[in-house]
Amino acid sequence: MTAVLSLGDLGCARGGRQLFSGLNLQLAGGQMLRVQGANGAGKTSLLRMLCGLITPTAGEVRWRGQPVASLGEAFGRELVYIGHAAGLKDDFSPLENLEFACRLGGDNPSRPQALAALQAAGLGGFEQVPARRLSQGQRRRAALARLALADAAPLWVLDEPFNALDAAAADWLQVLLSAHLQRAGLVVLTSHQTALLPGAAQQVLAL
Amino acid sequence: MTAAKVTVVNALASATALAPARVGWLAGARCVLQRDLRLALRRRADTLSALAFFVMVVSLFPLGVGPEPALLRSMAPGVLWVAALLATLLTLPRLFADDHQDGTLEQLLLAAQPLPLLVLGKVLAHWVSSCLLLVLISPLLALQFGLSASAAGVLMLSLLLGTPVLSLVGAVSAALTVGLRSASVLMALLTLPLYIPVLIFGAGAVQAHNAGLGVGGHFSLLGAMLLLALAGAPLVVAAALRISLESA
Repeated sequence: MTAVLSLGDLGCARGGRQLFSGLNLQLAGGQMLRVQGANGAGKTSLLRMLCGLITPTAGEVRWRGQPVASLGEAFGRELVYIGHAAGLKDDFSPLENLEFACRLGGDNPSRPQALAALQAAGLGGFEQVPARRLSQGQRRRAALARLALADAAPLWVLDEPFNALDAAAADWLQVLLSAHLQRAGLVVLTSHQTALLPGAAQQVLAL
Repeated sequence: MTAAKVTVVNALASATALAPARVGWLAGARCVLQRDLRLALRRRADTLSALAFFVMVVSLFPLGVGPEPALLRSMAPGVLWVAALLATLLTLPRLFADDHQDGTLEQLLLAAQPLPLLVLGKVLAHWVSSCLLLVLISPLLALQFGLSASAAGVLMLSLLLGTPVLSLVGAVSAALTVGLRSASVLMALLTLPLYIPVLIFGAGAVQAHNAGLGVGGHFSLLGAMLLLALAGAPLVVAAALRISLESA
């Protein structure tokens, strides 16, 4: 598997405070990286840095040997980032949100595919309800439903994906994640859950 | 639980069976355009409030300065243009702020299409949803000021050429101030000076027509500004958004 994410001597300072420095790490296909740390330790900053939303204060992030900053929209095709904000438009239904998110990500799922993804996410019957009327957990599910259609993107970067999910949804997400790892995808996530995907090859990074 | 697993597997199987078609380079702009227009339709109140603001401001002037026809006729181009400019300014702070708040702006930056094209789609949607109605209603308001039919036509045409420039230039300041606390005031201060050339040549076209002079020069300059803004603004907005999201 050539899809490799590598962090070289990565450092981050936010608001004059050094969050982390000298971070070296290699992530190969089929591996998961779980980032843990106290609140404010820089987990989200690290994730945003991996996506190229933040320029590293020191060092660099490389994707297949190329700095992510130079990749632009080509990297966007290989990446799915689901951040702390769910990225849902309140006026749109989960179905509309999902379809627009996929199209922006370079996929063009058919209506049945999108509906199947929402069904699997446990949003059957809520496909046409405006997102503002969904509960926190349902909004999270609606955002994560994107993953069921994102097998073309090798790198998934997820910020606290298990937040607000109930047990059934957490199981559903674990199934999605392990399926992605099995087809040699990469997963980077932050989570406070320690017992995650027991069988999978994973690295834990404590900030 | 097993049922959920089975559905997941099914969904994955069907997703792989039908390989997603690669989309063209304009697909991103079209996608954002469709999305924002649909949003504008869902939030008609916001769209219409800018129009109501425009109508009200324009209608206040005849009430304020009195019904002297000659005075009103000479004021009309300036008043209508300034009102259009302020109405556009009113809608601009939310251009990127809403997307920033719900996290979709990050998704735009990480999309598989070039960001400047996505920005172009967004600005086009903004122009269609908040400026186009204003352009269409302007001849009606020009009647209040006693403008002739041909002058009203020139006014509408000047707004048609000029308001896209207002949207494009305003998008730059909206992108620079996204995520800031006092964004709307700062935006007005940044944007209004940049609107001056458009105002001068837009209102100037109608004044020239009223004075019996040709309007070709004014329209050429407005067209040139539009082309320049179309070519430059999306790139600048894209860079400004990346800078703004660094610190957000």
